[in-house]
Amino acid sequence: MGMNEAKLQEILDQYPPKVQKNRKKHIFIKRSDVESQQIEANTRTIPGIITNRGCAYAGCKGVVLGPIKDMVHIVHGPIGCGYYAWNTRRNKAKSDDPKQNFINYCISTDMQESDIVFGGEKKLAKVIDEVMEIFNPKAITLSATCPVGLIGDDMGAVAKAAEAKHGVQVLSFSCEGYKGVSQSAGHHIANNILMEKVIGTGEQEEAPAKFPINLLGEYNIGGDGWEVERILKEIGYHVVSVMTGDGSYEAIKNAHTAELNLVQCHRSINYIAEMLETKYGTPWLKVNFIGIEGTIESLRNMALYFDDKELTLKTEAVIASELARIEPIFDQYKKICEGKTAFCFVGGSRGHHFQNLFSELGIETLLAGYEFAHRDDYEGREVIPTIKTDADSKNIPHYTAEVDEKRFRLKVSPEKLEELKAKIPLGQYNGMRFDMKDGSIIVDDLNHFETEEFIKVLKPDIFTSGIKDKYVIQKMGINSKQLHSYDYSGPYAGFNGAVKFAEDISMGFASPTWNFITPPWKNQPLLEGSVTEEGVA
Amino acid sequence: MLDCTPKDITERKSGGIINPAKTCQPIGAMYAALGIHKCLPHSHGSQGCCSYHRMHLTRHFRDPVMASTSCFTEGSSVFGGGANLKASIQNVFHIYKPDVMAIHTTCLTETIGDDVSSIIKTAEIAEGKLVIHANTPSYVGSHITGFSNMTKAMVSYLAKSTSPEKKEQANIIPGFVNPGDMREIKRLVESMGIEYIMFPDTSGVVDSPMTGEFEMYPEGGTTVEQLQDTGNSQITLALGRFASSDPADLLNKDYKVPVATLKTPIGIKATDALLMTLRNSFAREIPKELEIERGQLVDIMTDTHFHFHGKTVAIFGDPDIVTGITEFVLSLGMVPLHVLTGTPGGSSSSAAGSFEDDINGMLKGAGIEANVKSAGDLFTLHQWIKNQPVDLLIGNTYGKYIARAEDVPFMRVGFPILDRSVHSYLPIVGYRGGMRLIEMISNALLDRADRDAKDEDFELVM
Repeated sequence: MGMNEAKLQEILDQYPPKVQKNRKKHIFIKRSDVESQQIEANTRTIPGIITNRGCAYAGCKGVVLGPIKDMVHIVHGPIGCGYYAWNTRRNKAKSDDPKQNFINYCISTDMQESDIVFGGEKKLAKVIDEVMEIFNPKAITLSATCPVGLIGDDMGAVAKAAEAKHGVQVLSFSCEGYKGVSQSAGHHIANNILMEKVIGTGEQEEAPAKFPINLLGEYNIGGDGWEVERILKEIGYHVVSVMTGDGSYEAIKNAHTAELNLVQCHRSINYIAEMLETKYGTPWLKVNFIGIEGTIESLRNMALYFDDKELTLKTEAVIASELARIEPIFDQYKKICEGKTAFCFVGGSRGHHFQNLFSELGIETLLAGYEFAHRDDYEGREVIPTIKTDADSKNIPHYTAEVDEKRFRLKVSPEKLEELKAKIPLGQYNGMRFDMKDGSIIVDDLNHFETEEFIKVLKPDIFTSGIKDKYVIQKMGINSKQLHSYDYSGPYAGFNGAVKFAEDISMGFASPTWNFITPPWKNQPLLEGSVTEEGVA
Repeated sequence: MLDCTPKDITERKSGGIINPAKTCQPIGAMYAALGIHKCLPHSHGSQGCCSYHRMHLTRHFRDPVMASTSCFTEGSSVFGGGANLKASIQNVFHIYKPDVMAIHTTCLTETIGDDVSSIIKTAEIAEGKLVIHANTPSYVGSHITGFSNMTKAMVSYLAKSTSPEKKEQANIIPGFVNPGDMREIKRLVESMGIEYIMFPDTSGVVDSPMTGEFEMYPEGGTTVEQLQDTGNSQITLALGRFASSDPADLLNKDYKVPVATLKTPIGIKATDALLMTLRNSFAREIPKELEIERGQLVDIMTDTHFHFHGKTVAIFGDPDIVTGITEFVLSLGMVPLHVLTGTPGGSSSSAAGSFEDDINGMLKGAGIEANVKSAGDLFTLHQWIKNQPVDLLIGNTYGKYIARAEDVPFMRVGFPILDRSVHSYLPIVGYRGGMRLIEMISNALLDRADRDAKDEDFELVM
């Protein structure tokens, strides 16, 4: 049973009128016979709606800053915000110098009532002093939580004074939870400051090896980044920095030396990608290392960009050897998955990327969406000039990078760039809609009510989402897989990741546990009799 | 693991925290509100708070945790959250159809000073629906305080006294414990044949069965009628004073319901105390089945005392749980060397002394000197253990990092447990809970002994 406009309207009709009017704009059914289908995205969630969205702090500290392992991240606020972003996102990190790996630490100013009344600046300064004394890190970040902005603590001034006192960089992020409409605001705030204050402060003028790249928007959840790096290194690339999974402050400082920037999660990092191009002349390439085909295409596009005979040959050799190794295993899992249907609702890029993997496994995606994406993530970057700025996006500080006169260098000639752009997504992202089938549904900021309703109509075999949905879906007897935390598995990126994902998804379908939901006594009367010719025996 | 934590302890005066042993009030309020039947908790603040709390509770219980949010933006932070809250109330009742909406505040809405009770009074609320609220500023207390405050709101909004005569029934406030513990406490009271109202009661809510259908409001939870009837009860048993004594004191103040504040019934002494209080308040004999259970527990304790006697232990977590565990390990002859909670001080209205006084009092009785701290953090605990190693670490999941760093056997108890399952279904309270704790302690200690034993010392029987 598919979805059509009438059925969609039936679902929406159950809402109060104002909610209905709003939600209608966030949902559409894909049609390829029309040139564009506009969706409303990156706008406020209606109060009272059970949304999956988080806040700007979660996007800034939780997503972008947290994975940088060799900086101490101080959260300025009451304890909860620091506590919940402590080891909860599975952004793995390892370090050659364990004494400078702070990934398992949570540092909070633990604001108390008196700090709210009299201000928390002094306390923050003291916490920085203690962090320097105990940990002696190379750099520190300060992340603001809701009350900080409201009481007017000047974190920037505290950071500046601490820099002067301790001689290390102290970065201040005004990522109060109420800023913007979701995590997305926090990504932008983090991007701006990393660009303004960290990237390019390294002293290297050139990368130490050939084919240097940055891997942007890869957070190393479950080791994804390590699998991608494994493949890239085997081909012969030099990974200058990863932003920010298993990321390092020292490496990010030299990110300007890359010849190409790869963008995995477009939503959370496209600002830095754009600014790197403006400032240093380094183009960015949209990649997708989720799925076998996506990985192969991304590798081939990279080879086209660098246009080096040896690199291209090595790319093909690695692809061939990896495929020979994994395809027989992958095909076994495909037999279990073939013909199944999926809903794929994740944060900002996985809602799109994982559809590739589903498709390779023979699973059709019936519904997909993002928690905190913008219109361009659905409709493609060409709509960016038409996106209206509203009050919520205006209050996120705007930072524009300027050309670095000393270091700006065109990596390829303008003619070559145009030629490449016709072939590969350089500086381009087509969005989720582009890849989806006609009749499938795209939903922005999917909420609990719609989750239940869409499941009732479309009855998917698997629903990939986050922890808050997971057990709701499983209670309905439907396999559910977290695609934020990977249900504590992974990696799911690259060639090995595709196999791991196939294995995990198949396990979800094949698990015998589903067979026990109905107790045997539900289908059998208590007294069993048989009817004989004379009557009841 | 945790290689940046030095052994040398330097005094930290900033008031900042490194690796917390507490979280903020709203999550406790959300958990308590789930213990009302057909209630949707509502977080009045930014979306992130609600999302974080639901995430964390869901990971602990591995069951749906439903809650809504006022979705604050910068505009609402400047102009106040009245419009957001009123819209939330409308939408929640229309779309999600609970009987009760239990609002808690956040640091955001407390800082801007939203007057939630006035907003509720002027909101349109459908006939027969209820809205209650608790102020839960994140910058005061901990998640335990939030649990206490929401439980108090159940009393202040709903409790009544409908006749001068008290009913022969007990109010039981179980505190911030798992649904498995709540079930076990109810079983103890039921087996004594005593009528009771447990509130909040999350059993049947966050341990609901798999039926192939999702129920937004599962069968469990204290009903509104029960909550209203709490003013008529003969006594309130506040189990664990940090989480439970404030609401009990309010019932006493408003409706003259006497209070017995007891420890969370972890271990033999605290379970004895609970049953003796019930026995004496209602003149009911302890049934044979409970006496047998107690005897079985004592039998196990005696038979295996050499597994744990004299073993040193570090305990951390929420104050009521840590108090109970400390008392029980002392009953087993173990030696607590480090006892720490992240929650500050004593219960705000309680004159019974602080957490540190409680623990030190118990330790003094056993002739033990130990590090004891409230409002502490896991960085401190780790440093203590580096300086004075222990045989066993007991606490929530966050302890696993310390256990790995110092190679100490680790036993998971309390909230949250994010890396193991089933813990929320099975009790640690009552005599049976005591048996389960001994099994857990023995497994941790003896698995380690087996792992470390040389081949020639590896034993079949232990």
